[in-house]
Amino acid sequence: MVENRPLLTFLSHLVLILGVISVALPVWLALVASTHPSSAFVSGRVPLWFGPDGLSSYIKMMDQGASTSGTPPIGQMMFNSLVMALIITVGKIVISMLSAFAICYFRFPFRVLAFWAIFITLMLPVEVRIVPTFEVVANLGMLNSYAGLSIPLIASATATFLFRQVFLTLPDELTEAARIDGAGPMKFFWDHALPLSRTNIAALAVILFIYGWNQYLWPLIVTTDESYYTIVMGIKRMASVVDDAPRWNDIMAVVVMAMMPPVLVVVAMQKLFVKGLVETEK
Amino acid sequence: MQTKKTIFRSRALPYLLLAPQLAITVVFFLWPAGQAIWQSFLRQDAFGFSTQFVGLENYIALFHDPSYLNSFKVTAVFSISVAGLSMGLGLLFAVCVDRIIKANRAYSTLLIWPYAVAPAVAGVLWWFMFNPTIGILSYALRQMGYNWNHATHPDDAMILVVLAASWKQISYNFLFFVAGLQAIPQSLREAAAIDGAGPVKRFFTVVFPLLSPTTFFLLVINVTYTMFETFAVIDASTSGGPAQATNILVYKVYQDGFVGLNLGSSAAQSVILMAIVIVLTVIQFRYIERRVEY
Repeated sequence: MVENRPLLTFLSHLVLILGVISVALPVWLALVASTHPSSAFVSGRVPLWFGPDGLSSYIKMMDQGASTSGTPPIGQMMFNSLVMALIITVGKIVISMLSAFAICYFRFPFRVLAFWAIFITLMLPVEVRIVPTFEVVANLGMLNSYAGLSIPLIASATATFLFRQVFLTLPDELTEAARIDGAGPMKFFWDHALPLSRTNIAALAVILFIYGWNQYLWPLIVTTDESYYTIVMGIKRMASVVDDAPRWNDIMAVVVMAMMPPVLVVVAMQKLFVKGLVETEK
Repeated sequence: MQTKKTIFRSRALPYLLLAPQLAITVVFFLWPAGQAIWQSFLRQDAFGFSTQFVGLENYIALFHDPSYLNSFKVTAVFSISVAGLSMGLGLLFAVCVDRIIKANRAYSTLLIWPYAVAPAVAGVLWWFMFNPTIGILSYALRQMGYNWNHATHPDDAMILVVLAASWKQISYNFLFFVAGLQAIPQSLREAAAIDGAGPVKRFFTVVFPLLSPTTFFLLVINVTYTMFETFAVIDASTSGGPAQATNILVYKVYQDGFVGLNLGSSAAQSVILMAIVIVLTVIQFRYIERRVEY
């Protein structure tokens, strides 16, 4: 602080408080709406304070789901989302760590070519090549399976770059010492490279979990069997049906449940989250 | 390319380590991208009975198609609005947090969580608030004499998707601006203060110019975000309507390919989008190499 200006400090607090309130407003309304009976919305105005129904919408959606729109119970959809997010998180970390290790610690023909092949995945978001990717997955018979949901999203250039960066900062003396002690490459990986990149792995895992959980377009097109629906894509199916006979309380209960896990992860692991976000953009 | 000085020697092992990554890259990235390029030169009827090679005709048709050109315009308006709004607010909040010593951690936590909300969920939340029959904001607007209806007014629909997409992105910009502000040496601000510059003047002559690397970096990231990752926001709120008013390029690829089954045109659009991403990525990387020096 360069100087003391009470007015400016007051203004800063005011702006931040207004910011926090407006950022939270959509979620507040969703929370409130989920605690009202569906009749509360007939009047044409959304209530601003909690209603009498409490958690009953949540409990109902949790074990029945919106049967009219053909979605399975929310519990099942949340489980699918969790499986998909975890496979993507673990899978991305494992394959990019291994490939970064190969690129850093070995010299072999086509090394640069392999590096560029991985780099290209950075440039091709799923949304851009959606039709041909869908055809490939369909031809491999991977529609309606956890593998089809997660494996095509598992390759990641950013994670590979991140681990390459981490490995380049490990001192060469460490590798030499390990080699003198007779350690092979995999032993070195397991005993030194892996433990030394623990915090980077944790930070990356936070970002990847959010990425995996929030996938929308990909689950929407590769699942037709409702037992593989994920919760984020399920909301859209529900909302578009429910629009005719609005059951806003139920939709909003599902919306709240869909955003709860990743938001909790960010709030609980704020430090790792910020670290992961900053690192993956380098 | 950089390698470690001490390396291991093995013939097969490095390939084995690279195999999973490369296999997925080839099967799910390079092969589909190649397919997209190949299909963009073909014309196929909707049932897949006949296919013929038509050269660049799909591309030529696209650039004569008013709805595609409109989609470019919509994307530009959307990207610039979202980048401007979310970066402006992100910077404002970052500057405020930077001024405050007490409680800035609490404010940060309360501002960053929307990053974790799925774009589709953000779309649904804003759609709910602006719903013409029961939404709280459309009710407020009606009281003020404006008849909001994003299902029929193109401008309303655009405002809706801009707000939903920006809401989610503010947290990201905020975090990077906070980091950027913290990297500015305190001595520069003190020197300016001693020379008699007030807080506003200091911001525009010292702080903001020093933030320009961060600002430029965020601009590229935000444009990439709005062009590709906002698919779910659009699909969950307006579905590209009304009358194509929010049909951004990436949404049109999906609509023409999956809904309209116009595969050749959709593939040509994919290829154009890939070219745009490649340009954006190259800009981003060139810039990042120079980012360290002020």
